[in-house]
Amino acid sequence: MSAREILDSIEPHFTKGGRFEKYYGLYEMVDTFIYTPSAVTRGFTHVRDGNDLKRTMTFVVIATFFCVLMAMYNTGYQANHAMEVMGLDKIDNWRNGPMMIFGYNPMNPLSNLAHGALYFLPIYITTLAIGGIWEVLFATVRAHEVNEGFLVSSMLYALILPPDMPLWQVALGISFGIVIGKEVFGGTGKNFLNPALTGRAFLYFAYPASMSGDSVWVAVDGYTRATPLGLAANGGLDAVYAADYSWMQSFLGFEPGSLGETSTLAILIGAAFLLYTRVASYRIMGGVFIGMLLTSLLFNIIGSDTNPMFAVPWYWHLTMGGFAFGMVYMATDPVSAAVTDAGRWIFGGLVGLMTVLIRVVNPAFPEGIMLAILFSNMFAPTIDYFVIQANIRRRMKRHA
Amino acid sequence: MEAYISLFVKAVFIENLALSFFLGMCTFIAVSKKIATAMGLGVAVMVVQAITVPANNVVYHALLKEDALSWMGITGVDLSFLALLSCIGMIAALVQILEMILDKFFPALYYALGVFLPLITVNCAILGGSLFMIERDYNFGESVTYGVGSGLGWALAITVMAGVREKLKYSDIPAGLQGLGITFITAGLMSLGFMAFSGIQL
Repeated sequence: MSAREILDSIEPHFTKGGRFEKYYGLYEMVDTFIYTPSAVTRGFTHVRDGNDLKRTMTFVVIATFFCVLMAMYNTGYQANHAMEVMGLDKIDNWRNGPMMIFGYNPMNPLSNLAHGALYFLPIYITTLAIGGIWEVLFATVRAHEVNEGFLVSSMLYALILPPDMPLWQVALGISFGIVIGKEVFGGTGKNFLNPALTGRAFLYFAYPASMSGDSVWVAVDGYTRATPLGLAANGGLDAVYAADYSWMQSFLGFEPGSLGETSTLAILIGAAFLLYTRVASYRIMGGVFIGMLLTSLLFNIIGSDTNPMFAVPWYWHLTMGGFAFGMVYMATDPVSAAVTDAGRWIFGGLVGLMTVLIRVVNPAFPEGIMLAILFSNMFAPTIDYFVIQANIRRRMKRHA
Repeated sequence: MEAYISLFVKAVFIENLALSFFLGMCTFIAVSKKIATAMGLGVAVMVVQAITVPANNVVYHALLKEDALSWMGITGVDLSFLALLSCIGMIAALVQILEMILDKFFPALYYALGVFLPLITVNCAILGGSLFMIERDYNFGESVTYGVGSGLGWALAITVMAGVREKLKYSDIPAGLQGLGITFITAGLMSLGFMAFSGIQL
């Protein structure tokens, strides 16, 4: 029996009047995850296009493939490298068992990948499980569908956490992101802030000890190594070079940092895929990049004797921290970003500007992209409003 | 000059009256359903703030502060305990005058703001602005900057809030949270976004 036949045979139980009528959302989730739904809109308007919400969301998940790979590889590499530096040959937690097979050798790609996976997968699985429970709970009680948007939120959320995050905090963060960031507004497409970033911002302010500082970015207890961005915030680019980071290294992603955001190369491959499939808006990405470019050039020109961040050039801003990840995957969220074409340029520009502004002038936060995107999400509807008003005025003048 | 610019930026963003101090919440939540109205109210608050903070500054420095009456030959008198009262009176009087001006010259805005214009009298953001001015001992120039800046910050916050709420008209909010509930959550999440500025030292 094919999966289709099984699904068809159990469908009557879930439709109106069936035994499991309440759980239709669950049935629908499995059904549309495997097969394209055949339902069409009621009424007169119907746009026929193969590209539905499901495919859009699935494409984003596919686009993160290389980021996930690098997340695992780099996390494992950093941990193995740290252990080599510290002269450790075993670790005191459950990961030691499976890692006995591979050993802890930073030169061995398999060992790196496995070690990283043992950090990434628990975080990702926790995110999926806890987020999934909320998602299904709301879908069942409120009788709406479980969307693939949730897969995107949970994937992106897992990728922007530090590798050593305690799992209960991971669960708390995704709960906040999904429930307060999305479900109280009615689920996918109804929220005004990016749910993954809302969850991370919640954790950032609630548990700063596990989200900032120098000791959380490498998954070995007692080992501190600052991220390039953290170094630059204190000592400028000189400190970054002094710690033996090169630009190429930062571009390829062999540096400590949040799981999936270190490798600009992997992110740009994802960006190319998203732009080719036209899932993400090139206007937003372009806007973020131009905003960052102009603001950092402006700071370069102004210069400062006391603040070394003023002198950091744009190509370092691009590869350090989460800028590239935010630009490609977070700012382009079609729900929380601006929806008009001109508005998208402005929205992107605001994200880029705010990111560099926070990085350079705000000593409280070394990283700016998270708050910059949340801040711009907030302004997106207002930006759209003014763009639309300008369009109306222009047309009225044209047809007057 | 630089000090004034940083005070202005601080008043607009870092110490935003609505989203960092949560002042003026009643009007912030009641009049933020439409962008156009919210902007009108924002401008009104900004104008009132730009007038009342410097006016209160003059009154405070000329009459109430310790030894302020020495220009009349009276020394050793400290009337600063009257600051709260005099600020409220000053604000009430100025709002009344603004209301008459709007009624006469901008009737559309006057009707759009409706009952909320008199409410500016008791808007805590306005009183808060004047009290912050006294507490931080601003001089006249600073009080003008702070008045305009804090008013602009509040206007910005309510406009953005109205934008978000116009968008939320199309969302599907659970019955128990509709109206005020979701508005409070929205204001909280917006203030999370404004945390971007907290910690900036100017």
